[in-house]
Amino acid sequence: MKGFVHKYKDNVNTDEIIPARYLNDSSPAALAAHCMEDIDRDFVKKVHAGDIIVAEKNFGCGSSREHAPISIKASGVSCVIACDFARIFFRNCINIGLPILECPEAAKDAENGDEMEVDLVTGSIKNLTKGKEYSVPPFPPEIRAIIARGGLLNK
Amino acid sequence: MAMTLSQKILAAHAGLDNVVAGQLITADLDLVLGNDITSPVAIKEIQAHGGGNVFDKSKVALVMDHFVPNKDIKSAEQCKCCREFAHAQGVENFFDVGQMGIEHALLPEKGLVGAGDLVIGADSHTCTYGALGAFSTGVGSTDMAYGMLTGKAWFKVPSAIKVVLKGKKPTHVSGKDVILHLIGVIGVSGALYKSLEFTGDGCADMTMDDRLTICNMAIEAGAKNGIFACDDITLAYLGEHCKKTPKIFAADKDAEYEREVVIELDKLKPTVSFPHLPENTHTVDEIGDIRIDQVVIGSCTNGRISDLRAAAEVLKGRKVNENVRTIIIPATQSIYMQALKEGLIEIFIEAGAVVSTPTCGPCLGGYMGILASGEKCVATTNRNFVGRMGATDSEIYLASPYVAACSAVLGKIGVL
Repeated sequence: MKGFVHKYKDNVNTDEIIPARYLNDSSPAALAAHCMEDIDRDFVKKVHAGDIIVAEKNFGCGSSREHAPISIKASGVSCVIACDFARIFFRNCINIGLPILECPEAAKDAENGDEMEVDLVTGSIKNLTKGKEYSVPPFPPEIRAIIARGGLLNK
Repeated sequence: MAMTLSQKILAAHAGLDNVVAGQLITADLDLVLGNDITSPVAIKEIQAHGGGNVFDKSKVALVMDHFVPNKDIKSAEQCKCCREFAHAQGVENFFDVGQMGIEHALLPEKGLVGAGDLVIGADSHTCTYGALGAFSTGVGSTDMAYGMLTGKAWFKVPSAIKVVLKGKKPTHVSGKDVILHLIGVIGVSGALYKSLEFTGDGCADMTMDDRLTICNMAIEAGAKNGIFACDDITLAYLGEHCKKTPKIFAADKDAEYEREVVIELDKLKPTVSFPHLPENTHTVDEIGDIRIDQVVIGSCTNGRISDLRAAAEVLKGRKVNENVRTIIIPATQSIYMQALKEGLIEIFIEAGAVVSTPTCGPCLGGYMGILASGEKCVATTNRNFVGRMGATDSEIYLASPYVAACSAVLGKIGVL
């Protein structure tokens, strides 16, 4: 997967990813229409299919709302890279099949608008704009199995 | 290998003699919880994957608390979805308007969680039940759906931070001040993926309400769970509320902890978290002149009877400042009734506060106290993120019910 970077700082919380005032509707399209609204008002206008969200520490902290990864996935984002993730957000992404990678070096180097390429099978992350390459260890087999079947509930 | 208290509970529910930090396990659940925001996503997932029945009608709890009584048509549809599912599936613990309360105050009160239980809930503050000696953690809706169908969940076994509480709290210092202080020390990701295990002689000075408040906010340090070992205080509470036989676990004496944090309770002061992260803590004596527009006393963190009593002690015979809209929300119907019997509701109304039926409402910016641009609020809730209670440039200051009530009277953040 290849796309352009939308870069954020530490401690982006799920209220910022999808504010609670929109949680009265759980349809992916309705949630995508307000993705990142309180931290980046123009995100919805800027984002293109395949783009990559890159953030620093503790991305997705706060509320357990699965609406947050659902809104990111439905907005067309292909992958989220961060130094690390809040744990509920992390497992929600795995459970709904939104690829996420923990890679502090790649996360810190990336800037808004960089073009990046990610290979989930090999764990390779390339920042094409900066000409840098990083690698992350593969997920454990149990987690890979959930991702491979496209989500926890899929057989 | 020696295990922490949290690891002991996980191992027992996974049918394993031993687990180590980082190990992936599948474990049997004693309770699966959801609310009116997270359950509809889980229910629709189940329906989209061919349906199925809940694994145990007595081990699923659905609590309508976030946007209830319904704030708009869409919220009403979400509750309808939950209600129809609960009735079709015969879910025994479905709590609708009239019986409901804020989930994390309601479930302990109803005796649905016992010591040694393993609980997941599609709400991040599910970690509250660690106060009862349970391993309890927040998950998303897909985990909830899977848990409802199978009675199981996958876990990465956490390592732990030992929090040693020493001595006794001074007057007007509560469990809220203890947890805000701890988050100030370790930060909002200080316990990421880890357990917070509370221990030390100071536990004897922690009432069950203090413990519930402390474990409730473990997530605000990034923790997977917060937990107190089951002791006489736990057994007394469970004896009053819960019919289950307590399963008592203890950490091994030589269990490994990643870090130890000591809190000397007698040195604590009332503490306030400034916008926009719970880790931005200041003691109340070092706060300047911050005028406020609203006070909210309630939530799964601080809407229990002892919280209302602390607020009433301040507000009795006083009036809230004319510039401060003061909103008080008992967390459950039973707490509401108790407050009524004790005359607390009368004290609040006489003081110029409003009292609401139980709801999460303003805590997450749902309704019942939304802030306008630039407004400031002292809240006994758990998060002060950007836009959490309304406009993105409004500000939330987290504090105890005592500090919140004093601030309502003063019109600025402080104590009387």
